[in-house]
Amino acid sequence: MILIQAPFLNLQAILDGLMIGAIFALVAYGMALAWGVMNIINIAQGEFVILGGYITFMVYKLGFSPFFGAPLSFAFLFILGFLLYKLIVHRVVDRDMFISILATFGISIMIRQIMNLIFGSQVETALTGLGTIFLFDHNITIALVKFSSFVIAVAGALGVIYFMKTSKLGRAIRATAQNPRAARILGVDTEKVYAYTYAINAAICGLAGSLVVMTYTIHPYMGLPYTVRSFMIVIVAGLGNIPGVLASGLGLGALEELSAYAFGTEYRIGLVFLFLVIILVYRSKKLAKRREYLK
Amino acid sequence: MKKIIVTFISALALLFSYSTLSFAKVVGDKIILGAAVSLTGKYAGSGKHTQKGYDLGVKIVNDNGGVKVGGKTYKLEVQYYDDESDGAKAAALAQRLIEQDGIDYLLGPYGSGITVAMAPVSEKFGVPMVEANGAARSLFTKGYKYLFAVLNSADQYLNSAVDLMAAKKKNATVAMAFEQDAFSLDVKLGVEERIKAHGMKVVIDDALPKELNDMTATLQKVKALKPDLLIVSGHDKGAMTGIKQITDLKVDVPMVAMTHCDSAAINKNLGGGGDYTLCAAQWHKSLSYKDEFFGSASDYAKTFESVYSYDPPYQAAESSAALLVYKAAFERANSFDKDKVRDALAQTDMMTFYGPIKFSETGQNLAKPMVLFQVINGENKVVAPEKWAEAKLIYPTPKWADR
Amino acid sequence: MISDKKELIGFLILLFFGIFAPIIAPSYRVQFSELWIFMVFASTWNVQGGKMGYNTFGNIIFFGLGMYVCASTQIAFAFNLSDWTAAGGYKTFVHSIPDYFISLPIGLLFAGIVSTAVALVLGSFMLILRGHYFAIGTLGLGIAAGEFATTVDIWGGGMGMTVPVWPKIDGQDLELFFGVGMDFFFYLTFILFLFTFFTLKWLYSTRFGLILTAIRDNEDKAEAMGIPTMRYKVTGWLFSAFFMGLAGGLFGNINGYIEPTEVAFNGATFGVYMVLMTILGGKGTLWGPIIGAILFQLFKEFFWTYFLGWQLVALGFLIVIIVVFFPEGIMGWLRERRPEWFGEIIDKKARLAQVKININD
Repeated sequence: MILIQAPFLNLQAILDGLMIGAIFALVAYGMALAWGVMNIINIAQGEFVILGGYITFMVYKLGFSPFFGAPLSFAFLFILGFLLYKLIVHRVVDRDMFISILATFGISIMIRQIMNLIFGSQVETALTGLGTIFLFDHNITIALVKFSSFVIAVAGALGVIYFMKTSKLGRAIRATAQNPRAARILGVDTEKVYAYTYAINAAICGLAGSLVVMTYTIHPYMGLPYTVRSFMIVIVAGLGNIPGVLASGLGLGALEELSAYAFGTEYRIGLVFLFLVIILVYRSKKLAKRREYLK
Repeated sequence: MKKIIVTFISALALLFSYSTLSFAKVVGDKIILGAAVSLTGKYAGSGKHTQKGYDLGVKIVNDNGGVKVGGKTYKLEVQYYDDESDGAKAAALAQRLIEQDGIDYLLGPYGSGITVAMAPVSEKFGVPMVEANGAARSLFTKGYKYLFAVLNSADQYLNSAVDLMAAKKKNATVAMAFEQDAFSLDVKLGVEERIKAHGMKVVIDDALPKELNDMTATLQKVKALKPDLLIVSGHDKGAMTGIKQITDLKVDVPMVAMTHCDSAAINKNLGGGGDYTLCAAQWHKSLSYKDEFFGSASDYAKTFESVYSYDPPYQAAESSAALLVYKAAFERANSFDKDKVRDALAQTDMMTFYGPIKFSETGQNLAKPMVLFQVINGENKVVAPEKWAEAKLIYPTPKWADR
Repeated sequence: MISDKKELIGFLILLFFGIFAPIIAPSYRVQFSELWIFMVFASTWNVQGGKMGYNTFGNIIFFGLGMYVCASTQIAFAFNLSDWTAAGGYKTFVHSIPDYFISLPIGLLFAGIVSTAVALVLGSFMLILRGHYFAIGTLGLGIAAGEFATTVDIWGGGMGMTVPVWPKIDGQDLELFFGVGMDFFFYLTFILFLFTFFTLKWLYSTRFGLILTAIRDNEDKAEAMGIPTMRYKVTGWLFSAFFMGLAGGLFGNINGYIEPTEVAFNGATFGVYMVLMTILGGKGTLWGPIIGAILFQLFKEFFWTYFLGWQLVALGFLIVIIVVFFPEGIMGWLRERRPEWFGEIIDKKARLAQVKININD
């Protein structure tokens, strides 16, 4: 097997996996926020990512470096998330979570086709002009654009975490996540908190999207993998476990890359899902012994 | 009680209101062709090229005397539906076009997977379909009588690339990455046969996952194993991702061959990363074919660009050619009866800007060769077959360090 | 439930279409067949989603599995399956008439049995999960199923496979007394729907139905009362799987072509449609899914014809409207307006009095 013949490939796979995983982790973090605070599973997550990618792509088309697009994507998606909350999401926040799944599903297919109409249906990418670095005597290759996405993703995540810990809004969000009623009683405007949380989630996705268009390619119908993976990461890590979410994101990336080498690329997504199912069932079984279940 | 009756009647009314808007095959002086193309979904990019090709074909035929049947002149028109890049939907739409809209002549959809889904339907109803974008070999092995394809089948796409490699180096090693869909798998079949025939060795055989756009694992393996030829076939996404990641990782391979390079526009969008790649093409504007409607191949490209503001990929060209085939067939049959039209189509033997078109027993166009072009300095130049070549193949591809 | 007279009328309307549609609207046969299948989708999803409170995105697995099993059985009955699917179908095989009509019911039977067996296996561990974890777990299984199907070469892998064609005599379609292939399958799908409808109707009226709703309302209490909930959950899934398997087998034959991720295991469309239809009509009731399926199919056809290019935006918008304003579906909305139809007797005075108390709270 190639992993044994060329041992450096193991390290290469892990590095590649971490770099791709950082983007997943970022999106997962946003998903965990929306889910933990508002009990909303945002099916439109992937579409936010792709939209963020298109905003950066537009910046790139105008002649600027796509890196300038990153803060723009962040800001644009923040505003869009806020608007979507005010228009649609706030009506489903207090209801059964399943209702919010369907509502965000409806939003996702609308955004998909609107993007197709506005931006066209070609596959697009943005070039950064960054090069490549070689390590260990040319045995390890690192594309600089991937590395910088990794750095930006990590910085973005840390930035949001810092914001959560220190700012007034951040504390209000965390309080609402722990106990909405108590927060309300203590004077926190939960509606505002929810709106900002959803907006921050969208903004995070926008940032991730700008990294995606630089590192890979985008297309109006390519959002679903991001949605699905961010679900999975949040579930595997457990809600509320932010460091866990980030670690799982990175771990998932590495796992995917390694299994692509070991088992062949066609089984990639199927194996990942199977892995998810196994973890879920295993955890439930453990809890079932104590007559409890996964909440 | 009353409410139920009212609802029932309004439901019936709604249901039957659809049927009043049905189209027939010939309305007034218009011959209506039906088509389901991918206007949304993963094939939307190429689906749009297809639709534009059809529209340009219709326009040129109508502007140049239309179609003469039974002494009268008719104009062509196309009724479109969006199959959303979904085979099941396309099959349902074919049914709808035939049964509800009363259409008797179909134009093909984009993509092998979708054509394979629609073909059984048109065959079942005995409705001729001239398709321009479905290259899967399996379309021609089922004894379909009503299917006619103007393009070459998928298994011929990259054979000349393999042949070129064999001519340059004995016992070369090959790395392949194919998406798991009908078209790409057919290209693979053709390529594998050639590889075996030349005694070459396959060192990497990877599947490109349909949804994610990352080929890093495959390319890292390529770096480790250093094959002589790399083949990638994964529609536009595959071509674009492939070139981008080859550039990012500075992968050195003496020869790289792909499909869908021009619909992904790798010569322009990837900052020179696409240079030296060999690309399979059904047609190229530098070829010296010509006809009386579009002129030469380069005239077609100019016309297309003036209407749509971009260089036509071959998907658009072959779609336009389909309309020329229909016009000739209608006039040859001198009738609107679908079986007579079908028989007339079977007798097609014409030269177009797209190339010669002559259908075999199974509906395949065996008269036209596939071409291979190489991206040289951001321009697509035909390098094979030798007869049509406008530039010489650059081999081996210069290493990244030297570029 | 609606009082019996109204139910009878609704049923007669369906029966009318079920028998006469191919005659009055022959060009819509396939749409109608699809409609009956959608009704089966929604009704079976309702067993888990509506009655039991377990939102599943995995029922599509049984649909796709049934499709492949039925087609494989039909083919394997007369020919070698791997020859049929090999290398993109090189040879043309045609079933003889007796072969076709014998292999079809066998194929359907196998489709139902295999799907049920798989449900038994999957259910034994998936149904340990609750709530959203169950939903996401089944979603994962559905996607994995599609992906794995692309690697099964005997089923044609990523290229998919064609199904046996309706037999021809002298090049013309075989005509039975009611028509040709499309009519035949129309009636078959209608019969499947009737079968599903009556089975579920009976099921809901038994203790089994009550236990399902008990599980929905409070699973822990039901367990505490001594009900072996796992057994009932799995059995419920077996019922759904069986009918979905049959539906899949029929749909494969109607469509003519099976592709793993887009026809058989298409979670992103069919998988979600079944949920939407049930919610639109009103989950938890017998007629809700049926009304939902009809309305959904009407909307879908309407959007696809008149809103070409925007149809998904319209559909997304519709979904948002349903979910925000009609979460209980049409049936729920009707229930609000006309509780008498559902057998609830409301004392208007008492109700008003209650409202007044709540305002002063």
